[in-house]
Amino acid sequence: MLKKILAIVTLSLALVSPSHAVLTIEITQGVSGASPIAIVPFAWVGNGAPPQHMHAIVAADLQRSGFFQPLPEQDLVARPHDAKQVNYTNWRALNVDHLVVGRMQAMPDDTYQIQFQLLDVYKQTQLAGYSFRSRKADLRRTAHQISDIIYKTITGQPGAFDTRIAYVTVTQNAKKEKSYRLAVADSDGHNEQIVYESKHPLMSPSWAPDGQRLVYVSFSRGRPEIYIQNIVTRQFERIVAFQGINSAPVFSPDGSKLALTLSKDGNPEIYILDLATKKLSRVTRHYAIDTEPAWMPDGNAIVFTSDRGGSPQLYRVAVNAQGATGRAKRLTFEGGYNARGAVSPDGRYLAMVHREKGRYRIAVQDLKAGHFRILTDARLDESPSFSPNGSMIIYATEDNYRGVLAAVSVDGRSQQRLSLRTGDVREPAWSPFKSRQ
Amino acid sequence: MRKSLITILLAGLVIGLSGCQFKPVKEPGEEGEQATQAEQEGRYGVVEGGPLDITALDDPNSPVAKRVVYFPLDSVEISMEDRDTINAHARLLSSNPDVAVVLEGHADERGTREYNLALGERRAKAVEQLLVLQGVGQNQIQVISFGEERPVALGHDEEAWRLNRRVEFLYSGY
Repeated sequence: MLKKILAIVTLSLALVSPSHAVLTIEITQGVSGASPIAIVPFAWVGNGAPPQHMHAIVAADLQRSGFFQPLPEQDLVARPHDAKQVNYTNWRALNVDHLVVGRMQAMPDDTYQIQFQLLDVYKQTQLAGYSFRSRKADLRRTAHQISDIIYKTITGQPGAFDTRIAYVTVTQNAKKEKSYRLAVADSDGHNEQIVYESKHPLMSPSWAPDGQRLVYVSFSRGRPEIYIQNIVTRQFERIVAFQGINSAPVFSPDGSKLALTLSKDGNPEIYILDLATKKLSRVTRHYAIDTEPAWMPDGNAIVFTSDRGGSPQLYRVAVNAQGATGRAKRLTFEGGYNARGAVSPDGRYLAMVHREKGRYRIAVQDLKAGHFRILTDARLDESPSFSPNGSMIIYATEDNYRGVLAAVSVDGRSQQRLSLRTGDVREPAWSPFKSRQ
Repeated sequence: MRKSLITILLAGLVIGLSGCQFKPVKEPGEEGEQATQAEQEGRYGVVEGGPLDITALDDPNSPVAKRVVYFPLDSVEISMEDRDTINAHARLLSSNPDVAVVLEGHADERGTREYNLALGERRAKAVEQLLVLQGVGQNQIQVISFGEERPVALGHDEEAWRLNRRVEFLYSGY
């Protein structure tokens, strides 16, 4: 059995460039079965201090995944920066499985040449080796790409370090006026950019599959209406503003449609909106509350929350462009409250908000095998969102009644927390892989 | 949930009818006792009361001075006392057809945000239904839900949650 390491490890990451660290990350639960890896500080060829500590960003990424246990920097027995300089016997003595070495060189055109090698300590071979040319502003991103290569080479699964998260922050000034912001940051909380700001509530951000647009609900005109915004150009467009509530929008996997909740016909129902033709197709017909649609990855079914059975539970209904093509089938039976489903990218897992003894936790159900597992243990956990590689779930929780983000691995082994310096942060949405192209 | 909706509809009907011309119908058991007590305190009079002038909105002693009603967790049930408040607003609105009200529905912080947005709307619509049953024009009422996004009590305990599960009556200019 795995033993939980409850010691809190605060990463050096936040210290590297505090000017951009709006969100800071701490590992609240590590894994003792994680694979030991040594990441040697990259050799620096240039004047002054290196513009980024690439090894620290990579080490923090790998540690956050829960699959790796980076060796503390002071325990490094040597500081090679090339495979040819490595004495494998020394590293074997430290029980390190893998070793990462590299160098970064300042080039005359204000770019940086970065190369790294991933080495197998026991087989004494190179598993991966790459070279990058980056501008200064892109160095953190290059480090995340290195992390993705290491993660994929060793685990066989794609990494999700070079991705982003969108979230909502709420701050209050001295006059008690609230400010709602829609923000996008790197998956490690750095490089936060404010996409939209309002004194009116803002909720339910969700990514388009192109990774360039967000759909969300804004109360900027006094009631909940749906907007799509391009995060690069910042241009936004009001998409849906019917009478009643316009809420819970999510892009279809092919990006051509939205599933959303409208109460224009009397009470909340799920609809599909074709973004090109603006044609609406109604999916649910029930006097109960039907809301919080989530697409299955093949786009042929929608999971949604309904209290048609007397308490909020998750249902699945097959859909096509005309609406529902079958009857809704209830998916959840554990307890009296299961809501806001999120489906893993491979369609296997369904994450949700599950109430147990008056507390709201993130739970996950294996849609194939049926297993149900509660992953978190706080009082008010909500808004689960899968990483695009399906390994982690980011969600909203609280720390001393302040909204913070947290992430947990789908197997529950690894947990981490992302805190904003001030105010509340909530409703995280993890971007698709394509967010940076 | 369905049962409670029906209960409200029935209760609304009862109040609606009594608001027209009949004496309030007493229900058996606890609720009947409450009604009797309320009657003794004179609060039940609003059901049979005549038209309320628009100036009542400025009168702190008027029954329409109360502009918020509260709900149990994950429920749209309205208490007898809050029905009195709704009845008073119904009198005001039905005797002043050019006055409009916004019913703003809210939920506490527990549960998911989108579901709570729907729940806030359902609460506001339950109040709307009672108003319409008593002769208030549909065109006088606008329903808006804020879900859990606009709490009035910022705490995280039962008392704060109770205050946040609410429908507010908003009159333009009052």
